[in-house]
Amino acid sequence: MKLNRFWVGIVVVFLAGLAFTKIADNEFYFYAIYAVLQLMVMGIAWNILGGFTGYVNFGAGGFFAAGAYTTVFLHKALDGPPLLVAVVVAPIVCGLIGLGIGYLTLRLRGVYFAIATLAVAIILETLVINWEYVGGAGGYYFLIPEEIPFFDSYVEWLFTVILVITLFAIVVSRYLNSSRIGQGLAAIRDDELAAECMGVPTLKLKLISTTVMGALMGMAGAPFPYFITFVEPVSTFSLLIAVNAIAVPMIGGTMTWVGPVVGAIVLGSIQEIVTVSISSELNMLIVGVVLVGFITLAPQGITGVYRDFRDKRRRRNE
Amino acid sequence: MSEEILSVKDLTKRFGGFTALDAVNVSLSGRERLGLIGPNGSGKTTLINCISGALVNEQGSVIFRGQEVTGLKASKRARLGIIRSFQIPRPFRSMSIIENLLIPMEYAASERKEHGQLRDQAMEFLELVGLNDRADENSSNLTQIDLRRLELARALSAKPSLLLSDESMAGLSSSEVDEILDILLALNERGVAVIMIEHIMRAVMKFSERIVVLDAGKKIADGSPDEIVNNPDVERAYLGE
Repeated sequence: MKLNRFWVGIVVVFLAGLAFTKIADNEFYFYAIYAVLQLMVMGIAWNILGGFTGYVNFGAGGFFAAGAYTTVFLHKALDGPPLLVAVVVAPIVCGLIGLGIGYLTLRLRGVYFAIATLAVAIILETLVINWEYVGGAGGYYFLIPEEIPFFDSYVEWLFTVILVITLFAIVVSRYLNSSRIGQGLAAIRDDELAAECMGVPTLKLKLISTTVMGALMGMAGAPFPYFITFVEPVSTFSLLIAVNAIAVPMIGGTMTWVGPVVGAIVLGSIQEIVTVSISSELNMLIVGVVLVGFITLAPQGITGVYRDFRDKRRRRNE
Repeated sequence: MSEEILSVKDLTKRFGGFTALDAVNVSLSGRERLGLIGPNGSGKTTLINCISGALVNEQGSVIFRGQEVTGLKASKRARLGIIRSFQIPRPFRSMSIIENLLIPMEYAASERKEHGQLRDQAMEFLELVGLNDRADENSSNLTQIDLRRLELARALSAKPSLLLSDESMAGLSSSEVDEILDILLALNERGVAVIMIEHIMRAVMKFSERIVVLDAGKKIADGSPDEIVNNPDVERAYLGE
């Protein structure tokens, strides 16, 4: 019955989101929730490679930006196609980038892999800076369509799109986590050589992992230019985006698909509240403080703390 | 003797300029128990690594059940039935004991059964090594002997036809050595051929039907335990002239 409850939850959240666009008038809510959900998708994506498979990567921001720039490219090449075209094409492009980079870098382990992914992000940024077609270093302005069918404003439509992307990411992540593939990824994370010798096709699974990570990151980035309306390389490829994506599963917990979901709700909400009530400059400080707090006090994240608590209680009851 | 299950032909492995294995030939028939001994650094573990696919040999070939497996990855060989245990146990630490067994069952043995059935089967293996009442405990806080037991149970659950056991008894007490020996013998009863690397002579002599001796990457002797004990070359390798 657990499966049913999950799918019911997905549908309920989706319908609640749709209803919300009809009820709420204040556009701020859509912007705020959009930011939280975008963070959630990035956290989920990062966690598939970083948490499930144990390959920490600092290049997540590069994939996100590659998704955003796929949208820019399509916007220019096809003269402003519907957003959904980008949402479909960007993950394909970024998934392929992930596959290629995975093939080149996955023989590296630990710190070396992390540095290699960082380098990849920098290479992608350099490429975009020098690519005049998508605006180069100067950036690219997006004109948002004035009207959109079914929705009162464009941001409501964007909100709906990111909501669907988020739910899709959750479904993918949960599938990977609980399936045979997920077991294999966990074995790789624990001990790659032992996994290989126990019949786990490690290279294949790692490539699946990087491809899915890249695709989901790209999906998160695809609607970003519409959301921000002006894209330029330095901020889109910012390391801060990567740091946020890492912070989310670290806070929520890396072992299960639930971790990044919880982490994004906690971190994203704090960030949005602070942005409004104090200052947006404080955001990074908050990420830092929360991250340090969790790493020292609860390295397993919120879901890890909850699991320990549950296990302890069960043992006491026995 | 039943038919040949493994044949290692002229296997050579170099690390840079160092020749770890030099044209080694070993063959093994199904269900045979082979002891692999030799002084430290003689290439025993390297040979196991080359047979299991953890290392790639430069020359020579490994033929398993009539099939050339030389270029194959370790995971592929595991699925064919070549399974190894590690000298230093390498459990999947985030998993419970029984979950450790489910990995090789699903991957190496490609079992496509219901989760419950797999668990029952895994419990059977745990019973054999005596870990059955701790199945759901986390594998990261096991004692040394229990780690060895888990290592063997995990190897067993991969349904091997050839088990490469790399010093499964190092550092164990005398009674614990007997316990591991019993497990290996029980495994062999089930039809698994075993190559055992071991420094504890008592265990090797008791377990092996045949013994191969390596010294500085070369095979210097191959015969029954009695022959090996009386072989002057072996004595020289271990004790010097």
